[in-house]
Amino acid sequence: MSQAVEVAGDTRQPLVEYVPCAFMALLGIILLIDASTLSNNRTGVDPLGPRPAPIVIGVVSLLLAIALAVSIRRGHLAEAESGEDIDLEHSADVKTVLLLIGVFIVNILLIDTLGWVISGGLLFYGSAIALGSRHFIRDIFIAAGLSLGTFYGFAIGLGVNLPAGILQGIL
Amino acid sequence: MDNFQLLLDGFATAATPMNLLLALIGVTVGTAVGVLPGIGPAMTVALLLPITYGLEPTGAMIMLAGILYGGMYGGSTTSILLNTPGESSSVVTAIEGNLMAKSGRAAQALATAAIGSFVAGTIGTLLVVFTAPLMTRFAISMGAPEYFAVILLAFIAVTAVLGSSRIRGFASLMIGLALGLVGIDATSGQSRLSFGVAQLGDGIDVIVVAVGIFALGEALWVAAHLRHGAADIIPVGQPFLGKQDWKRSWKPWLRGTALGFPFGAVPAGGAEIPTFLSYIIEKKLTKHPEEFGKGAIEGVAGPEAANNASAAGTFVPLLSLGLPTNATAAVLLAALTSYGIQPGPLLLQRESALVWGLLASLLIGNTLLVILNLPLAPLWAKLLRIPRPYLYAGILFFAAMGAYAVNGSPFDLILLLGLGIIGFGMRRFGIPVLPLIVGVIMGPLIELQGRRALQLAGGSPRGLLGGVDVATGQFALSTLVVTVYLIILIVLVWPLLYPLIKRRLPGSRTEATSNQKTDAGGTLR
Repeated sequence: MSQAVEVAGDTRQPLVEYVPCAFMALLGIILLIDASTLSNNRTGVDPLGPRPAPIVIGVVSLLLAIALAVSIRRGHLAEAESGEDIDLEHSADVKTVLLLIGVFIVNILLIDTLGWVISGGLLFYGSAIALGSRHFIRDIFIAAGLSLGTFYGFAIGLGVNLPAGILQGIL
Repeated sequence: MDNFQLLLDGFATAATPMNLLLALIGVTVGTAVGVLPGIGPAMTVALLLPITYGLEPTGAMIMLAGILYGGMYGGSTTSILLNTPGESSSVVTAIEGNLMAKSGRAAQALATAAIGSFVAGTIGTLLVVFTAPLMTRFAISMGAPEYFAVILLAFIAVTAVLGSSRIRGFASLMIGLALGLVGIDATSGQSRLSFGVAQLGDGIDVIVVAVGIFALGEALWVAAHLRHGAADIIPVGQPFLGKQDWKRSWKPWLRGTALGFPFGAVPAGGAEIPTFLSYIIEKKLTKHPEEFGKGAIEGVAGPEAANNASAAGTFVPLLSLGLPTNATAAVLLAALTSYGIQPGPLLLQRESALVWGLLASLLIGNTLLVILNLPLAPLWAKLLRIPRPYLYAGILFFAAMGAYAVNGSPFDLILLLGLGIIGFGMRRFGIPVLPLIVGVIMGPLIELQGRRALQLAGGSPRGLLGGVDVATGQFALSTLVVTVYLIILIVLVWPLLYPLIKRRLPGSRTEATSNQKTDAGGTLR
């Protein structure tokens, strides 16, 4: 836990720890609002109707938001997930994450027009650079190899649904 | 013998040259992906599932079986060589396995794990062949109220029993249930949580959820905390077992299998308990107790067999009840559903050829695995050195490919990104991901069964507790339902009861046991 600084005798926790509570509360509210827009036409075939499930899940989510807030306030802080490539001693590298999300959005915007070979190649290239690779030339070839390989191997070989885009007819 | 004949028919379906080739491709790519650090069997299957989408169901299933076994073997290779289990079930294998590797016996550790997995997987699958039909006979007698109760028990099992924080487990489950609600409700035809978006009307595909939460979430989380400088990797030679190693391994393999299968086969089981039990038993029974803690082969052979037998056991509730009991089974259920196969009591009657074909494929996949992977182990070990930027860029690449392939629509990529960000947040705030996946898959089912139970009882809530007895025409409580609710009640109130019970015991004794417990937990980590 990078930010969790223990201060003796102080039960206040960093505000960021309460993000999951806010998320669960928001989820509960969305579920309840959406449930209220459903018409509850109960019939003999369906005595319950479509509303009770979202209402139950919504109410439980709200209760969990409260329970979680109480438990965090009592000092039961979250244990961030660790792993072999994970270094929790430094604070989160927000820039890399935002860059990756940006590259991914570019892929979403381009995949249907330019096709998987180009957009997927850009996705791999951009992500590798964002993650710290400095082999600018070599990575172009790796990205092209991966996207062409997956397109021929999976889309043409195994019939997987991938778009050819502007390279239609060339590939 | 009847089942045996059917299994042979299954082999006839599965063992065509084309299908064997697919199994071979499955095992190879499954191992290659599964061996990558941070990718467990569930994520391997989720990531690679889309490459089976273009095939007909039999071929797809056979390839999937290969991917599954490849992913599991790859995972144990990683945990032995890096001491970094990809899933909680291979935590125990990693303890002695990594110690063996460090003392220069990596080849033997990998060999006993591979052959032990083969033995356990084969015996386990054969046991499935004989128990699944029995379980199916039992499952046919289950009605809507029984299903409702058993699914509820599965929810409680994944949230309250596993994991360190129950509140966080239930939060994860609720997110999953909410995602499962999205789309048009089949019974009433009304659209829920779709916010007027047409593509949401069909619901969110489970594979998109699994890939988003497992793969994208993991890649983003690691990206935020990427360790600079690679971990130490132990070089591996050709895996082999000496005569002495065989002698010390075969009993732990069989004992591990015997422990693992039953735990996998019950709806609330898992691999964590049997692998740990197996470790303790082997430590007690070994003739070389001095080696435990320095790399004892029994400590790898037993738990790894238990892990694989438990994985085979999960097919019993998965095929006969449609209940997944761990993350991998949850993804497999999604996979089978996407091939148009609906696991459940009717599966064996309606699609028996497919089921026997699947079981035969599992046996084939398991055999190919041991033949292929013993000689290839040094090559797989090299994959552990893949530069991290390529590894995680590759995960993003394959996640995007898989999610797009589900429906051929960029909209699923938007969902994937959103789910990946949720997965990132869950890892940051210590919220387990398994309950979410189980919730997405089982949510629509439990709602359907609950509504059906109430419908049968004419809207009366007692419909959840039993049904009308056909013989007498009177309402009768179902013993199974009542038992299941009692179990749920005990599991839920246990944390409240435990301090009371503890207080009654003599103070010194409880202190000793709790110390022992933390000790065990410490070694585990």
